[in-house]
Amino acid sequence: MQCLINRNVSKLCVLLALMAVAAFGQRTYPSLGTSLSQDEIKSFDMIVGPEGKELPPGQGTSKEGADVFAKKCAACHGRRGEGGSVQHLVLGGPGNPKKGPWKDTEKSAVSYYPYPTIAWDYINRAMPANKPGSLTPDEVYSAVAWLFYMNGIIGENDVMDAKSLVKVQMPNRDGFVPAKPVWPPNPKKPSWY
Amino acid sequence: MNSKRSSRRQFLQRAAAAGLAAGAVGSASAQSRAVAAKPEAKPMLAEASRFPFSGLEVTKRIDHITYYTPIQDSAGIITPAPLHFMQTHASEIPDLDPKEHRLTIHGMVERPLSFTLDELKRLPSVSRIHFVECHGNGSPARHSDHEKKGSGVPIQFVHGMTSCSEWTGVLLSVLLKEAGVKKEASWLVYEGGDPGKYTYTLPLAKAMDDVMVAYAQNGEPVRPAQGHPLRMLVPGWEGPFSVKWLKHIKVVDQPYITWNEAMNHSIPRPDLGGKSRWHHFQMAPKSVITRPSSGHTLSGPGFYEITGLAWSGYGTVRRVEISIDGGKTWKDARLQAPILRMAHTRFNFDWNWDGQETLIQSRCTDDQGETQLSVAELYKNWGYTDYKSQDKTRAIHFNAIQPWRIAKDGSVYDAMFD
Repeated sequence: MQCLINRNVSKLCVLLALMAVAAFGQRTYPSLGTSLSQDEIKSFDMIVGPEGKELPPGQGTSKEGADVFAKKCAACHGRRGEGGSVQHLVLGGPGNPKKGPWKDTEKSAVSYYPYPTIAWDYINRAMPANKPGSLTPDEVYSAVAWLFYMNGIIGENDVMDAKSLVKVQMPNRDGFVPAKPVWPPNPKKPSWY
Repeated sequence: MNSKRSSRRQFLQRAAAAGLAAGAVGSASAQSRAVAAKPEAKPMLAEASRFPFSGLEVTKRIDHITYYTPIQDSAGIITPAPLHFMQTHASEIPDLDPKEHRLTIHGMVERPLSFTLDELKRLPSVSRIHFVECHGNGSPARHSDHEKKGSGVPIQFVHGMTSCSEWTGVLLSVLLKEAGVKKEASWLVYEGGDPGKYTYTLPLAKAMDDVMVAYAQNGEPVRPAQGHPLRMLVPGWEGPFSVKWLKHIKVVDQPYITWNEAMNHSIPRPDLGGKSRWHHFQMAPKSVITRPSSGHTLSGPGFYEITGLAWSGYGTVRRVEISIDGGKTWKDARLQAPILRMAHTRFNFDWNWDGQETLIQSRCTDDQGETQLSVAELYKNWGYTDYKSQDKTRAIHFNAIQPWRIAKDGSVYDAMFD
């Protein structure tokens, strides 16, 4: 009898454990929200992180980029990226990158960005301002190649693609404090910091 | 007021009056579309009205639209939705169809999900009062060089990029639990539906704490300029975290750091050897006397209530002190209930003006024990040698004590850089 109870108790325990496993990860409001398929996610998953994992196939060089820039960017950014109705994108020159320390007014140059993916991601999703998201991956790779070349970051004939872009050494990579954003900040600093 | 500004104001008032008339006969959604199509239209009373009614001030550039809250006329702690400040890094306010709008959550989650607005409204809701402040609010570059002329830039353009509302929506933690965040996830990156695809990065710990996906503000649907139909509301943190027109949330395992965060929202500083501070997160404790303030004129010696707003992104305002003698002595102001976490707090102080020139200023201490610093202390901490001759930088998180100079004739001047 004792043995039977024990067996039942242990069965109950197993059942409860199974129920707990099933409940874990279950949604509280299962009728709300629609599951997204991988194809649907692909259609809007555009944000590119510092490792460039989301970069699509495609490629371009500064020479092709000069053409893209003249047609789709120069109206606001100036013919050589020197600025126009918006601030400059180019500081320094080919073979001569701008190096720190930086002044506030200089930081709109592409050479200020800590990661090479930032220019690609922003141009791809938000530019040109009158038709955001309309550039092909090749056009974006080309425009980025031209901007990097003009800022003295890469050579004139360097090909930018998903593999080479993330390897570009940005001159201001170490220009940010803290080196990598951390939450919560450690150690705690006064609010003015 | 010069004639150019005056004619612009008249134009805006006429445009707003027309908008108001159309809104009276049209549906709420028709009114929303009208506002979206004409972001410069301000909901004000007609020009001929005998009722004083302050309005937004608006600046528009090819890559920016900014609304400035008329903080000089603020009362209590709530900013009416049509007077709430706004900045967007694009040239137009999007006109999103709430029926078509979807909020997606994907990335490092067990179940990538998409929500309609109606589905979000079926989920448990919260209503909370929080300030939103642009981290460039009150920045040195916004202050007047009063030595040149007049009382300088009105307070609206200096401190008018902070506002406070009751926000209603779903806690982001509810949505993230529905999607099932994977254990290796640590950050989010999320995008708005504006032309500039405004994007920001948020630590997962904050997202699971008190962040809201808001669909209502002060008892009505979030207005187009404030992110209709949905916005992120990140209490106490830099305004840019609270992305408007919220569309996509991606759960990731590292800070993604997109263009606005890296370029636009970092500032090189001398104390860091010209390197840039980035990812500040919370807004620091701050207070400002809103009346009297630059642009006001006192009618003569006698009694005046000094009133203003204090807030801290770190928590609750514990104390506000007032000096009416140029910072020599400080006395406690009365804090007016409600005193809420990460919300504007109204303070008041009885003052008898003797008719002599003087400086009035306020300083706030929050429940972390941090007190606002003077501009001299703040600049010294940042490594600037002489703040008076210093170029007025675009410093962000500028929470220095704001002194107002009362001249003998009762006019009030910005004395931040005296």
